[in-house]
Amino acid sequence: MSKGIELDCDVLVVGAGPAGIAACVSAAESGARVILIDDNPKPGGQIWRASIQYPANPKSHVNDAASWLRRLQACSARQLLSTRAVACLSEKCVLAENENGSIEIAFRHAILATGARELLLPFPGWTLPNVFAPGGLQALVKSGLPVHGKRVLVAGTGPLLLAVAAFLKSKGARIEGIYDQASWRRIIPFAMTLIKRPTLLVSALVYRASLFSSPLRYGWWPVSASGEDALRLVTLTNGIQTKTIACDMLACGFHLIPNTELQSAFACKLVEGKALVDEWQKTSVNGVFSVGESAGVGGLDLALIEGQIAGFAATGKEASARPLFPKRDALRKIAAAMDRAFAPRPELRDLVQKDTIVCRCEDVPWGKLRQHHSMRHARIYTRCGMGPCQGRVCGAALNFLTGWESGAKRPPIYPVQLSTLIREPQATPKEKP
Amino acid sequence: MNVGTYDCIVVGSGIVGAACAASFAKDGMQVALIDSLGAGLLATAAGMGHIVVMDDSPAQFLLTKYSQNLWLSLSDRLPPTAEFQKCGTLWVAADSEERSEVERKHALYQDHDVSTQILSKNELAVLEPELRQELEGALLVQSDAVLYAPIAAQCLTLDAASHGAVIIDSEVISIGQGVVNLRDGRILQSQRIVNAAGERSPQLTPGLPVKKRKGHLAITDRYPGFLRHQVVELGYLKSAHTLSADSVAFNVQPRITGQVLIGSSRQFDTTSEVDHAILGRMLARAVEYMPRLASCSIIRTWTGHRAATPDKLPLIGPWPGDETIFLATGHEGLGITTSLATAELLSAFFSGQTTEIPIEPYLPARLGEGCHA
Repeated sequence: MSKGIELDCDVLVVGAGPAGIAACVSAAESGARVILIDDNPKPGGQIWRASIQYPANPKSHVNDAASWLRRLQACSARQLLSTRAVACLSEKCVLAENENGSIEIAFRHAILATGARELLLPFPGWTLPNVFAPGGLQALVKSGLPVHGKRVLVAGTGPLLLAVAAFLKSKGARIEGIYDQASWRRIIPFAMTLIKRPTLLVSALVYRASLFSSPLRYGWWPVSASGEDALRLVTLTNGIQTKTIACDMLACGFHLIPNTELQSAFACKLVEGKALVDEWQKTSVNGVFSVGESAGVGGLDLALIEGQIAGFAATGKEASARPLFPKRDALRKIAAAMDRAFAPRPELRDLVQKDTIVCRCEDVPWGKLRQHHSMRHARIYTRCGMGPCQGRVCGAALNFLTGWESGAKRPPIYPVQLSTLIREPQATPKEKP
Repeated sequence: MNVGTYDCIVVGSGIVGAACAASFAKDGMQVALIDSLGAGLLATAAGMGHIVVMDDSPAQFLLTKYSQNLWLSLSDRLPPTAEFQKCGTLWVAADSEERSEVERKHALYQDHDVSTQILSKNELAVLEPELRQELEGALLVQSDAVLYAPIAAQCLTLDAASHGAVIIDSEVISIGQGVVNLRDGRILQSQRIVNAAGERSPQLTPGLPVKKRKGHLAITDRYPGFLRHQVVELGYLKSAHTLSADSVAFNVQPRITGQVLIGSSRQFDTTSEVDHAILGRMLARAVEYMPRLASCSIIRTWTGHRAATPDKLPLIGPWPGDETIFLATGHEGLGITTSLATAELLSAFFSGQTTEIPIEPYLPARLGEGCHA
């Protein structure tokens, strides 16, 4: 067993999406020694990785991505890609892992840009083959899954649905419809807030235009999916009518939720599922910042601003950070409006049946969970959330269905090779009494 | 506000309290079982659930053996979710000194009708091919078993309830002089208050010589067939019984899912956070014995607190400081194993019957006057 690598830096940035890149570049250009880690092989995060080569995307995004990535490559920060933070060894040290083994990274400040994941809500048939999370399907298609000629239904909620549908169409999929559970009553006030940010509105319209032949419905949600071995039919409702649509694939997700596992490991205070931050993006833990979606889902522009603020604040450049506050605050208002618009409706709590699997890792159906009254009880008595994903999927679903809080997370943050957790080069000498 | 008088009140529904409540209720007593968390959610849920005959002392041997027999007769009535598996324990010897310990242990167990088998180096390699090659053989104790203890505690609680026990979901703030005070203001009365609160027992009965002894565990992803028996190093006896220093020992358990549960560590420490230094030592020890564990994926690590006494034996019976208080605590790492015997001993004690094994070695009074306030 070889001893892992030990590194030291002024600023550790975790996550190389837009927020992390902005933080990394701002801190490095301020003269700090910066390390940027990300579990993907390339920087850019979900959003830029997915859109860089995508022609239908508005030009401004592509330019943004290209210019930030150029600055990232030009700055002095050390990038550790395909590297994942797996545990906090102390308030000032993170344990990370990559294919070469373990890395201990000591830092003075950490900027956590851990992004968001899709909220998946259980309904009968959601575990069938060919039912995907929209962003998940997009990533699979980018890595080679063919969708040409496939009938794809896009459902759930959030701005991602249109973007994914447009992307899938550009890859030859037949989009059978986009059904967002958010009602027009909620969408219109949100669209109004976008008038001040016309680029977002324009991008939505560009997506919509590219999907002119597919129905786009608001106020509709899936009630079930069915098929023998794989998906064949999806039934949707608007609360009054129902309709059943034949399709080969269903992309269904209910907007995004912040990834806060690393923040929890640092014991950062969370509020409503996101890291609580002050005006400098500082969390409740000294020296630890949280930026981008992990501090509240708000999209690309907000992520870039928050990343810069933290990057400057962590390197004593408060004067450079402060002018960015008004723009951030305006973008946060839009984010709040987006949260309201796409909040999952209460009817979605009634979709699960007794035999609907809620925890896919441990095959726990809803019928076994509903008799319990806390996540801890459910976990201990049913094994719900005890599998490899450690409740990442079912924890958020159960929080929506029952209000249960997932409680303290136990290390590691991600499944980790056992040898990574061995902190000493040699096994301890055998103890004798 | 007085809401009831009971023949017996059991405080704490960990595996020990749940077993006591079930046993007393079956004896026809009016029983109340109180816990604010639910059955088996603290040390019971944190531990390994190893039902093992141990021979650190003659008293420990008698108690674990008696209790294991009780588990074997109960096992048919446990639901599949209790994951009871009679997988046996392999005590592996790393050197000639430990090899002679195999012989000694074998002779002792045979003398007391516990079926054991000495395995040569080669036989051991066949039974557990993932163990490192240079080991000096092992002792197989066939009757040892493993189970998922929270479900067992839940079953025992339901068993108690089905025999008339009242299950009270509240926190106990104090006990003594025949009275139990609950956080919600209720007051219960009984001449037999059983403190089965494990690591919390000294808070309720000040002066009780029980200290928290922290342990770490880690669990892997699913690797069906990787491990078939509970495997423990014979050095465990030495390291586990070091009273002062932090220690680790190789102790692995196969779960029904194909996961490998990896222990064990001992520290006198009241914090509940994972300590990466000792976790790393514990895992390094495991890899020393099972090299390919190094590349297995760990999905979760956690800690728990054992309720430890100075002489490694539990406290079962009347507490000298208060004639209405009885103890069923201090089981350290053997609470799952010895829970059923603890319940039977106390039940016989209450009804004035002869106990199956002598209760004296476990009586709290053994620790003398100095041990309580």
